[in-house]
Amino acid sequence: MKTCLVVDDSSVIRKIARRILENLEFEVTEAEDGSQALQICQRQLPDAVLLDWNMPVMDGFEFMGHMRRLPGGDQPKVVFCTTENNVAHIAQALSGGANEYIMKPFDKDIIADKFAEVGLLPAGHDLV
Amino acid sequence: MTPTEYEYLRKFLKDQSGLDLSADKQYLIESRLLPLARKAGLSGIGELVKKLQGSSSALTTSVVEAMTTNETFFFRDKVPFDHFRDTIMPEVIKARAGRRSVRIWCAAGSTGQEPYSLAMCLKEMGAALNGWRVEIVATDLSQEVLEKARAGIYSQFEVQRGLPIQMLVKYFKQAGETWQINPDVRAMVQHRQLNLLHDFSQLGTFDVIFCRNVLIYFDQDTKVGIFNRLARQIEPDGFLVLGAAETVVGLTDTFRPISDRRGLYRPNDPRAAAAKPVVADAAPRLVAMAGR
Repeated sequence: MKTCLVVDDSSVIRKIARRILENLEFEVTEAEDGSQALQICQRQLPDAVLLDWNMPVMDGFEFMGHMRRLPGGDQPKVVFCTTENNVAHIAQALSGGANEYIMKPFDKDIIADKFAEVGLLPAGHDLV
Repeated sequence: MTPTEYEYLRKFLKDQSGLDLSADKQYLIESRLLPLARKAGLSGIGELVKKLQGSSSALTTSVVEAMTTNETFFFRDKVPFDHFRDTIMPEVIKARAGRRSVRIWCAAGSTGQEPYSLAMCLKEMGAALNGWRVEIVATDLSQEVLEKARAGIYSQFEVQRGLPIQMLVKYFKQAGETWQINPDVRAMVQHRQLNLLHDFSQLGTFDVIFCRNVLIYFDQDTKVGIFNRLARQIEPDGFLVLGAAETVVGLTDTFRPISDRRGLYRPNDPRAAAAKPVVADAAPRLVAMAGR
């Protein structure tokens, strides 16, 4: 089973994302900020990270930088999932090592499409 | 469609399928449900709504299917676009090296996602097409749908379906909550209104025809008629791309499937297809269709 770390300071978002990802057969762990997420990654890297940008303690962008420098940290697919929906943020995320980018609000179709895009789900995965 | 009918269908679809249409998706309902209503012998959306209100008719399933499984989004189904990039275009580039031009027809262009996906694919090929004349003709039945396609403006939701984020950044410009595809990509696509039941010989011949998820609305005889007419608009060495659930097998021998390339077809007997008089026997077929 593939693993996904959901990082978001909103427990509601984490719950929704968890439900969607579990339906897509991911094993889900949660973190409520970048620093918690980094601790989890130091123990065990997931296959994917669904990552909010703005969070207390450590934001998503800073977390990604630290994670990418861990041994094997280039492997996890990072999918940003944030209300930051402008080109500047998207470009910054991509050049910082993100694989995909979701602009909130999202739904199960967007999650499935983006996870297919980074190769974690079969192409043309159809939820309908 | 009256506002009341639209509200009813919105709620109906939400209850039945979870599909959540915003307040401005009338064009979507009309483009999907009008063919279905006609096929069921109904006059239009109004009568369809009455039927749905009447009982839990078999129409419920068809309506839900038409609205949910026929969504259009960028690079829909992925596979056909892989075929386009890896199989179709390499062959076309070889075969048309002399005249350096390629004509592509999206026969169910809808709100533009398919033709623009093809245009972006071609852009990504870069130098291989330098100096080529590229023409993408996108046709659809509905004027409203065509206007949206022409504008090339999509909601944040729409640009997140099937479109890799790198392509969004590269080929779109953000305008508030919406995203508009760049003028150079838009310029690659011509949008025209067309009913596939009517004569389309004036469009000329194409190297590639995408005709996905539209023939499912038609009965067998109509499908056969359309396939036969498509065969006259395709180059003898051209390609036809159908939807994943569609096939020519058992319907017509004008096209043959390509093994290991699902959804991909070629004209069957190139010389015979090319030699057929185009105008002479298109006319009686049209008369036959008009009389349906």
